[in-house]
Amino acid sequence: MKNKTLLFALSSALCLFLFQSVSAQENNNKNTVNAGLTLPNGFEASKIIESAGKPRHIAVTSKGEVYVKLQRLLNGKGILLLSDDDKDGVFTIKTSFGDYTGTGIKIKDGYLYASSDREVFRYKLDAQEHVIDAEHPEKIVTGLVAGRQHQTKSIVLDNDNHIYVNIGAPSNSCQEQDRGVASPGIPGCPLLDSVGGIWRFKADQLNQSYKEGLRYATGLRNVVGLDWNQQDNSLYVMQHGRDNLNSSWPNLYTEKQSAELPSEALYKLKEGDNAGWPYIYYDHIQKKKILAPEYGGDGKKESDKDFLDPIMGFPGHMAPNGLLFYTGKMFPERYRNGAFIAFHGSWNRSPEPQEGYYVVFVPFKDGKPTGKWEVFADGFSGVDKVMSTREAQHRPCGLAQGPDGALYVTDDTKGTIYKISYR
Amino acid sequence: MKKFLGLALLLSITATLSALGQQKPTAKSSGLAQSMIKGKAVYQQYCLTCHQADGGGVPNLNPPLIKTAYVLGDQTRLINIILKGMSTGVVIDDEEYTNPMPPLNILSDEQVANVLTYVRNNFQNKASAITASQVKAVRAKNK
Repeated sequence: MKNKTLLFALSSALCLFLFQSVSAQENNNKNTVNAGLTLPNGFEASKIIESAGKPRHIAVTSKGEVYVKLQRLLNGKGILLLSDDDKDGVFTIKTSFGDYTGTGIKIKDGYLYASSDREVFRYKLDAQEHVIDAEHPEKIVTGLVAGRQHQTKSIVLDNDNHIYVNIGAPSNSCQEQDRGVASPGIPGCPLLDSVGGIWRFKADQLNQSYKEGLRYATGLRNVVGLDWNQQDNSLYVMQHGRDNLNSSWPNLYTEKQSAELPSEALYKLKEGDNAGWPYIYYDHIQKKKILAPEYGGDGKKESDKDFLDPIMGFPGHMAPNGLLFYTGKMFPERYRNGAFIAFHGSWNRSPEPQEGYYVVFVPFKDGKPTGKWEVFADGFSGVDKVMSTREAQHRPCGLAQGPDGALYVTDDTKGTIYKISYR
Repeated sequence: MKKFLGLALLLSITATLSALGQQKPTAKSSGLAQSMIKGKAVYQQYCLTCHQADGGGVPNLNPPLIKTAYVLGDQTRLINIILKGMSTGVVIDDEEYTNPMPPLNILSDEQVANVLTYVRNNFQNKASAITASQVKAVRAKNK
């Protein structure tokens, strides 16, 4: 009996081995075609660079060169300029500068803007859109709060000489004991005075801090992906929703509910808006704003205050790190003015499988979605299912549009930058 | 073909598992085994969301529990991470992990001992068990 079992186990192990060899071959093909990504028909992707540190947000010049903000210094520098001088599609580091790490980077009206976790700098560009004096940027914003979580600063500019900076809350839900079990929310969450919102500053004024800035919108736990929509001249942001509904409130939320909730929500912001964090969260399944358990909620009670409604809610914890309204001509007509969102991928869905690790598209017209969201570029993780976040090989983070209309996507895990084109 | 392979795999796993199941636990391992079972339950309820099912943590945010000095080294420090939480970031293998961990002093001495014994003997770790009396002593000192 024992021998028979052994024989059977061995033979099935052999089958499994053969099967895995075939899978490995399939995977190899997957990795070379379209740089391992799955895209809609007619699109193709390539890797313009690999192992470029931990690239967060990026900005592409009108000449097609790429500025990259790094989360960790690479050879002592925090900003890279990539170029493809021989036009073979493979970019190299042309120059690097800036001795600070960070996330935000933008080009606007002849200047390159870049953020550390506490400051925003700008560099004047020449006609080639190269930085003129890399050693002496203007410090336009300083003294911003950066805690141990949600510390990165994302930036975007409008057409009226303003820069918008996200200041994330170093807290999950403004609890007395952050992320503690059944710890109540602090009444009138005092954090909101200096974090948990979007602040607006002048794009050309030196050394501004809270006093000189304007709290443009509040009640936003953390925002990484944000963009200025040129079609309706408005600021749009993707909020990272709160974590730990089950682990902090096991009597109110199941593990499954906690994996799916709350929404990662897309907001259109006007001056003075309040999206409601930490008092409420958005539930895309009930399509309601729900009172947070830290402030008396039970998963069903709706918020009684007039907080801002999101434009769209996405499944929980997928971590939207990049938002871009597409204005190019390369992609088919339906993509024009629509939103691309890079989801970094979740960790707070455990023990359920993780979700995200892809770029989605939402069709838009005149500032309103005209359809549901759809996965646009998938396959970054390199595996069929991510259970533990570190299994993901690549994690999408920053988005930018090239002068030809191609879409660039960064991966801050392996330092790959992808270029997605339409044939 | 794929269906057959799946079936074969399932059967072979079943066969292996039932073969394992026939092994009798030795008296020596049963105390540890009990701690491991109870510790796993604590891990799943209080730790897994952040430190993940494989103990690998989350890049940049939540530290891994695999063969790190925090798990395998100073036992008082380890017990205190559970009792007091951790509000400073840690650097492990040149990677910084910054998310705060709340104190879990609501856990009993036995629960803390069990979960630490589980972590120290899982995720590729192999280290001595932590006892409830050790936890009790550390907790008393903190008062």
